[in-house]
Amino acid sequence: MVTSVTSFGRSGLSDWLLQRVSAVILLAYVVFITASVWGGVDFVTWKALFSQTWVRIFSLLAVLSLAAHAWIGMWAVLTDYLTERLMGTKGNVLRIGFQILCSLTIFVYVVWSIQILWSY
Amino acid sequence: MLQVSIYRYNPEQDSQPYMQDIQVDTGGKDLMVLDVLEMIKSQDTTVTYRRSCREGVCGSDGLNMNGKNGLACITPLSETVKNNKLVIRPLPGLPVIRDLIVDMTMFYTQYEKVQPYLQNDTPAPAIERLQSPEDRAKLDGLYECILCACCSTACPSFWWNPERFIGPSGLLQAYRFLADTRDTATTERLAQLDDPFSVFRCHGIQNCVNVCPKGLNPTRAIGHIRNMLLSRAT
Repeated sequence: MVTSVTSFGRSGLSDWLLQRVSAVILLAYVVFITASVWGGVDFVTWKALFSQTWVRIFSLLAVLSLAAHAWIGMWAVLTDYLTERLMGTKGNVLRIGFQILCSLTIFVYVVWSIQILWSY
Repeated sequence: MLQVSIYRYNPEQDSQPYMQDIQVDTGGKDLMVLDVLEMIKSQDTTVTYRRSCREGVCGSDGLNMNGKNGLACITPLSETVKNNKLVIRPLPGLPVIRDLIVDMTMFYTQYEKVQPYLQNDTPAPAIERLQSPEDRAKLDGLYECILCACCSTACPSFWWNPERFIGPSGLLQAYRFLADTRDTATTERLAQLDDPFSVFRCHGIQNCVNVCPKGLNPTRAIGHIRNMLLSRAT
């Protein structure tokens, strides 16, 4: 058993499952948005689309899925390459630095997305 | 003449590893790579490698031949040589002790972690613990592993995290005991594996399947472990 406190769900299984579920949600959202803008879209139809509550909920679900998906993915990349094993103690500093940067960026994007979705 | 390029490193003499080019006369025969190494060693006795059974059973001579891991004793030249050139390196990712010999401690430490022995807390029967042929068949494709380390040292996840990711070989062995109906430690075994590294560093790229000299499928075994974890935890 390897202890880890920075992974998304602290459990490999929960991260693995969430990565798959969020991928399916994101795929569905990409299909939905592509279908919505297919053949052109103007401001009025775009605004009408996003004034519906279910579209906002679906969009928020997609944003939260993207946030979780991005964290799990970036965490795996950072713990592969920015490690004490590969870079010495510098690796630990770099990894924690990038983890803070990633989580902060994701947090800002999530709050910003909520603001955009419910602002008009 | 076959152009052979061998990884050489003697830490007592060399400041860093280097590749040595050697010409070998194979007499036009489709020899095994180990035969070529033996021919080279008969000329230069300082060339060092592990070998024992020379028939793909002991797993001693796992090497990287023209970029692909395999057992030198059962890899014919016709399978690996391209443009009359053969590049032989030690298994990647493990510390080199000398020439083609690697220190397999990290590999064995991961193997030890999965407790690769039968655990059964019920009283032992008078003769032996019997299995039905169907239950025994569940171990096919798992028990044949010879621990040559070709798979784990072909796995990037094991290269980056050899202390934390168990690796394809260890996980194949883990599933060998999870799948064994005589073993009663399934819950404890699975509890040891549900962290983000031990099993879940496997991203399913199947390098292990590609190189296994025994034709085993560690990726499938890892999938079975994941399904066992999933069905218990959801």
